[in-house]
Amino acid sequence: MALSGFFLLVFLLQHCTINFLSVISPASFNNVSHFMGTNPLVQFALQPVLAFGVIFHLAMGIRLELLNRSSRPIKYAMEKASENANWMSRNMIITGIMIFLFFGLHFYDFWFPELNTKFIMGDMSGLNPEGGFRYFEELQHKFIDPIRVGLYVISFIFLSLHLMHGFQSAFQSVGFRHNKYTPIIKKLGTLYAIAIPAGFVFIALFHFINH
Amino acid sequence: MTKNGMNLTLKVWRQKSDKDKGQIETYQVNDISEHMSFLEMMDTMNEQLISAGKEPVAFDHDCREGICGSCSLFINGEAHGPDRGVTTCQLHMRKFKDGDTIYIEPWRSKAFPVIKDLVVDRTGFDRIMSAGGFISVNTSGNTQDANSIPIAKDDADHAFDAATCIGCGACVATCKNASAMLFVSAKVSQLALLPQGKIEAKDRVLNMVEQMDAEGFGSCTNTGACEVECPKGISLDNIARMNREFMGASITSDK
Ligand code: HEM
Ligand code: SF4
Ligand code: FES
Repeated sequence: MALSGFFLLVFLLQHCTINFLSVISPASFNNVSHFMGTNPLVQFALQPVLAFGVIFHLAMGIRLELLNRSSRPIKYAMEKASENANWMSRNMIITGIMIFLFFGLHFYDFWFPELNTKFIMGDMSGLNPEGGFRYFEELQHKFIDPIRVGLYVISFIFLSLHLMHGFQSAFQSVGFRHNKYTPIIKKLGTLYAIAIPAGFVFIALFHFINH
Repeated sequence: MTKNGMNLTLKVWRQKSDKDKGQIETYQVNDISEHMSFLEMMDTMNEQLISAGKEPVAFDHDCREGICGSCSLFINGEAHGPDRGVTTCQLHMRKFKDGDTIYIEPWRSKAFPVIKDLVVDRTGFDRIMSAGGFISVNTSGNTQDANSIPIAKDDADHAFDAATCIGCGACVATCKNASAMLFVSAKVSQLALLPQGKIEAKDRVLNMVEQMDAEGFGSCTNTGACEVECPKGISLDNIARMNREFMGASITSDK
């Protein structure tokens, strides 16, 4: 759980950074997108690792939840769970599944059309009919519909809640805990859990407003 | 008689045996002094039940001073009730007020089956201890005095803190996953930190964790609820230490 969690944390940072290019420089966003979309190392080494990481995290998360539920077959009639643990830590499966549902929309928006263009239609050029790179333009078109932008924003709230607990939890799971460093990790975790989802939201809203 | 105490409504779990399904029953207790301990209030309730010709409620208790760990009880949704750093025998009735309704339930965990009413079977903890919670010493008469081995003060203090765990099971009862990590990690840590315990450290952590899983306790997801409810303030540091010990041992041990 923790290892796949760490991996996803690194991936997300990378993803957010590249997306941010679309705000500051559409041209470099196009270049990097084309590189990521056509480089064999990225496509055939990193992408399968990422897919495995996501599926592993999802499958292990669901398995963990089911086993843990079965460890208490009879529930308490009265339970004050919020007295001793925060909401985020108690509902990782809910925030996790919301992220998973978002993947459905996200893949429908980006990954499936990308696969279709590249491998079914066989167009690896990354160009639009006018001869420029198509990536930035495609990105902009996705964020015209306010409902879709709304769904993206809501999803990132769930991601933020997931990371509020997940970031520091992953360190504890691998036994990294120290009087000096753990308070820093917790602060860093909160920062990550706010900044990364907020970054994605900012990018989506930026294109919604500026398309 | 003038009324000088609290009148309370108690919702108590009753279950005849491990085979019985069990249910919550409601009892009224009157004139409870705020100076009573929670267990004294339970005694009063039982006296009332006995006078009425009913079967008293079975619950675990022994020392009644917070050192044996036998008293349990999930009181109003929290292990050992609403106070912090106390066992049920150390919980005072002044934490409640006149007219309150109090839910009293047994520890709930697949690994702690109910024996009767509020008494659960905690021998799973004993089996975890038998799996590795000890050091092997030849006690034939020439055992070395422990004080002759230098130990860093910090290590001694942390080992002592871990050793204050009384095996009550509140950590399991309160954890949403019914995980026993706080208990097991305290028992691993109290030995792992000391030179005498280092010798068998790898086997110890592997065997104790294996037994913990076999008993049906859930897995830790770091919610931290155990640390909050533990009457002895056992720290999550111990869980991190056990995670390190476990990973190290899994990688390097022969088994
Ligand atoms: C596919 C959707 C996802 C599901 C179903 C899911 C589910 C879960 C579950 C059940 C846990 C364990 C609960 C716990 O340890 O408290 C967890 C932990 C975690 N998740 Fe996710 N998650 C998903 C996506 C993500 C994503 C996209 C990230 C991102 C960056 C992430 C990062 C983490 C981290 C860091 C942990 C903590 C690991 C640990 O404590 O050992 N998860 N997830
Ligand atoms: S760790 Fe705390 S709550 Fe758990 S058994 Fe020990 S004393 Fe009880
Ligand atoms: S009866 Fe011994 S700790 Fe409560």
